[in-house]
Amino acid sequence: MTIHQKMDAPDRRNRLDDMAQGVLSTPLDRPEGPLKVSGRAPYAHEVQPEGMLHGFFVRAPRIGRLVSIDDSIARGTAGVETVISGPKLIRNPAQGTANSAPVQPDADIYYIGQPVALVVADTFETARAAAMNVRLDIAEADRQPVNPTDYDSPEDQQSTQGDLDGAMAEAAFTVDRTYTTPAHNSAAMEPHAAIAQWDGDKLTVRSSLQMLKYNRNEIADSLGIDPANVRLLSPYVGGGFGSKLGIAPDAVGAALAAKETGRPVGVVLSRQQVFEATMRRSETKQRIRLAADADGVLSGIGHDAWVSNLPDEAFSEPVTQATPFTYGGVHRQIGHHIARVSRTCAGSVRAPGEAVGITIFEIAMDELARATGVDPVELRRRNIPEQDPTSDIPFSSHKLAEALDDGARTFGWDDTLPEPGGRREGEWLIGQGMASAVRVNALMESKARVTLQPDGTALVETDMTDIGTGTYAILTQLAAEMLGIDAANVKTMLGDTDLPPASGSGGSWGAASSGASVFLACQGVRQKIAAALETTEEDLTLKDGRAIAGNRSIPLSEVLDGPVESEGHIEPGDTGDAVRQATWGAYFCEVAVNAVTGETRVRRMHGTFAAGRIMNPKTARSQCLGGMTFGIGMALTEELMHDSRDGHIVNRDLAEYHLPVNLDVPQITVNLLEERDPWANPMQVKGIGELGICGAAAAVVNGIFQATGVRVRDLPATLDKVLAGLD
Amino acid sequence: MKPFDYARAQDVSGALDAGKIIAGGTNLLDLMKLGVETPERVVDITRLDLKRIEDHEGGLRIGALVSNSDLAVDDRVRRNYEVLSRALLSGASGQLRNMATTGGNLLQRTRCYYFQDVASPCNKREPGSGCRAKGGATRLHAILGASEHCIATHPSDMAVAMQALDASVEIEGAEGTRTVPLAEFYVLPGDRPDIETVLKPGELITAVILPAPLPGRQTYRKVRDRASYAFALVSVAGIVSVKDGVIEQAALAFGGVAPRPWRNLEVETALAGREPTRETFDAAADILLAGAEGQGGNDFKIPLLRRTFRAVLGELTQGA
Ligand SMILES: Cc1cc2nc3c(=O)[nH]c(=O)nc-3n(C[C@H](O)[C@H](O)[C@H](O)COP(=O)(O)OP(=O)(O)OC[C@H]3O[C@@H](n4cnc5c(N)ncnc54)[C@H](O)[C@@H]3O)c2cc1C
Ligand code: SF4
Repeated sequence: MTIHQKMDAPDRRNRLDDMAQGVLSTPLDRPEGPLKVSGRAPYAHEVQPEGMLHGFFVRAPRIGRLVSIDDSIARGTAGVETVISGPKLIRNPAQGTANSAPVQPDADIYYIGQPVALVVADTFETARAAAMNVRLDIAEADRQPVNPTDYDSPEDQQSTQGDLDGAMAEAAFTVDRTYTTPAHNSAAMEPHAAIAQWDGDKLTVRSSLQMLKYNRNEIADSLGIDPANVRLLSPYVGGGFGSKLGIAPDAVGAALAAKETGRPVGVVLSRQQVFEATMRRSETKQRIRLAADADGVLSGIGHDAWVSNLPDEAFSEPVTQATPFTYGGVHRQIGHHIARVSRTCAGSVRAPGEAVGITIFEIAMDELARATGVDPVELRRRNIPEQDPTSDIPFSSHKLAEALDDGARTFGWDDTLPEPGGRREGEWLIGQGMASAVRVNALMESKARVTLQPDGTALVETDMTDIGTGTYAILTQLAAEMLGIDAANVKTMLGDTDLPPASGSGGSWGAASSGASVFLACQGVRQKIAAALETTEEDLTLKDGRAIAGNRSIPLSEVLDGPVESEGHIEPGDTGDAVRQATWGAYFCEVAVNAVTGETRVRRMHGTFAAGRIMNPKTARSQCLGGMTFGIGMALTEELMHDSRDGHIVNRDLAEYHLPVNLDVPQITVNLLEERDPWANPMQVKGIGELGICGAAAAVVNGIFQATGVRVRDLPATLDKVLAGLD
Repeated sequence: MKPFDYARAQDVSGALDAGKIIAGGTNLLDLMKLGVETPERVVDITRLDLKRIEDHEGGLRIGALVSNSDLAVDDRVRRNYEVLSRALLSGASGQLRNMATTGGNLLQRTRCYYFQDVASPCNKREPGSGCRAKGGATRLHAILGASEHCIATHPSDMAVAMQALDASVEIEGAEGTRTVPLAEFYVLPGDRPDIETVLKPGELITAVILPAPLPGRQTYRKVRDRASYAFALVSVAGIVSVKDGVIEQAALAFGGVAPRPWRNLEVETALAGREPTRETFDAAADILLAGAEGQGGNDFKIPLLRRTFRAVLGELTQGA
């Protein structure tokens, strides 16, 4: 039995509110937590089969045409089994949801750090050492420039409504500024890794990936085999942040090597390779134009974005994704421009689009607040549109105003618009900053199977992944709630393509999509129980291992004479276009800027967020904490540095790629607003994973302005940029 | 990492001329993985009896294998050499400091991005190949003491404090023991940036000797790109005594700005006998920064060093 639901209409039944177990929306600990902290949750490269060989990639040190590879020294090295090269080796990572082999321009070298060969040996050390001895003959070739210079402006990505120039000319106040954000790397703790093993035609790959349904097809397509012959396992993933949406070079390299050697092969990228050969977020240049009347009410909005990628890549950082609907103003212009460059492939990194787009827009809004003299919180309130101002559709729900109010109250926001530089404590200049949080909400097709046993235990199965976000916890809770059993009696199995195909983790859609499939599967189980009790699913209560219908209360063991199984299948439908679905929030922070050195410290930070029904306040809060931490990094420290002469990534390790460390991150508080969004899915849940980063950096940068009067428009706001404006 | 032979030294003489020394390994191993260091033979000295901190002629003798963690929390260090304790604790992370040794810290190599990337020409790694950092990413690079052949900085915090403290390095070699003041231990790059110290191949650092503590207040101020776990963009180690409203003596060393821990005695002379005013500090800073040269990406270090210098002097002399 499969319960299928396509979201063609809002689901206002709010069935989860009728459930009785009381475990959903509680801060359940992660069931796999003890395994993780005691080292018993094996990551991709940790379950090494007998006789496994190790592969290490050879890196292209120069851009150009690969004339030949001299691997004779490597092949002659004791312990080396083979050296794999050729067109099947993946040189570029695959984009999220690519579902086919990544773009493979040809056998040429398009960026420094591109993997060109895989040395396979009996130990990791031997493979790595031999890889250093592979000689590449690289000829000069005509390539894209390493720095973005020539931009295309694809027609379907430009939109104009009204007359922005006219609005700018007539406005009481305007902002017209250009900003930049640097490239970023996901920098997940677990490097990209895969172990491949063949059994005849059947390939098993243990890897660290976010979206197995697609990844399986990507691997199969790269190898030219039937996806049915590929089994992919990713039960635990040490962080992905977009970089594991599509496959990286490791899985295909390992599979090719395993085929050739007849032995299992493991490939793990070095930290330097993670930086060079997996997705980066494109650097962006953004021009924001704002036209407002004397009260700060917007009449016009312009947002132009310039980004880059390798030739032929379809992905283009969707910087302006949320601009069309965030604030009102009838005159609107959106532009998107892309340059083709010889740099590491650009793809999804931590909330593609809004992470950098909303951040910059919210800095511009702060500039408008200063220009108009309107308190920044109030300015945003005044510009919340009634409905999506671009496509004239209603919002499924809109919580920005509430988030602004709740956040300001919780933080203790001073709404008097204090003079910049007015508050000093010793060497430190103190300021407050705020920004709105906005992220589009999406639903993806997802399937799951749920089996309930007469003894009151249940099994949840889906090829969904838990990339450290809490998926095991929420799916466990959800099934426990729906089936009226203790969470400890639910076992959730994830990360195996033998299980029903799920949405995967990405774009914040995981909880809603995969959750909805588990919800539907549980409904199927409930229907069967209801039928056995000759009642309806709606009239059935399941609680503490008992089925309650009317005045009867019967233990499950008496109702069921065997396991009850059902599948759930959710599909996105018309609700995706009929309304504008988004998640909302607001950030507030206090920063201290050192008047001597320009160093910025965030002293405290608060975020209030609304993302539909919250399935687990603990894991949801953790997502927001993580997002805001990334926001602090984006504001102050994080920058992938490309050499301006050859485009290579200069800071290729965690010592020099500056993610925020504990001392950079102050006490952060999070409030989650109560919300039900019937348009989203039958659970009224929306995505929260990325919301915490979508604008967070702006709060910090705006705080720096208030503390010092220095407006940093090129992120990150490293001390030299602040210093330049201090006396 | 190139395959290598491994030996464990049983005594000091067994470590001499025996191969590439490994102590905590926190720098050497990373560089071996990158192919920057390619020793044929590695000699592990961690079993040697060089882990003691002893009283020595009114000062301290610090064994070369004393860990950065242990040294930072030693009572005598905290009491008399606060600048050193602070410098150590500002470096790296707790885990790294547990492994890092006194000798290894002095000899850690530059963090220049191009030095660490074997695909880039680098005069320090491969003399004569060129300096790729010039015209490239230079945020970490030097404004003082650099040459046209190399603009790298020495990354140590500990050594900067030791430089201000007039430490010397005890070296064991085939010809016996010698003691070299830190001021003479490091050499400037000139046209041979691969030569960083006067240590001869095969020699072993056995200890660092601190003279009796100087009077006055001490501090170490490190300015960096994040609050912790980043190398210094600029750092100042200072020991300053004030008497009757004038600076009696100042010992100052600077990190993050030069190919070695930087000290300029003229700066100290310019401060001695003067009232601790902004004019005095600026005049001394003028001497410090005379000849300072930015590379583009690190130009900000020139004003940053001046500001940090003034702030440290202000802090050490205020109310004294
Ligand atoms: C991520 C990261 C961040 C860091 N941040 C900082 C920082 O902020 N500030 C800072 O100061 N440092 C920092 N460090 C560097 C750290 O302090 C050094 O790596 C450490 O001090 C080196 O000591 P070790 O004992 O591990 O040296 P090893 O790696 O064992 O050796 C380093 C060098 O010294 C030689 N050597 C070691 N002992 C002797 C001896 N007794 N005689 C002769 N030669 C010897 C070795 O042959 C080798 O060439 C950081 C390091 C890392 C990896
Ligand atoms: S600055 Fe020195 S270490 Fe860096 S590339 Fe140039 S020569 Fe090499």
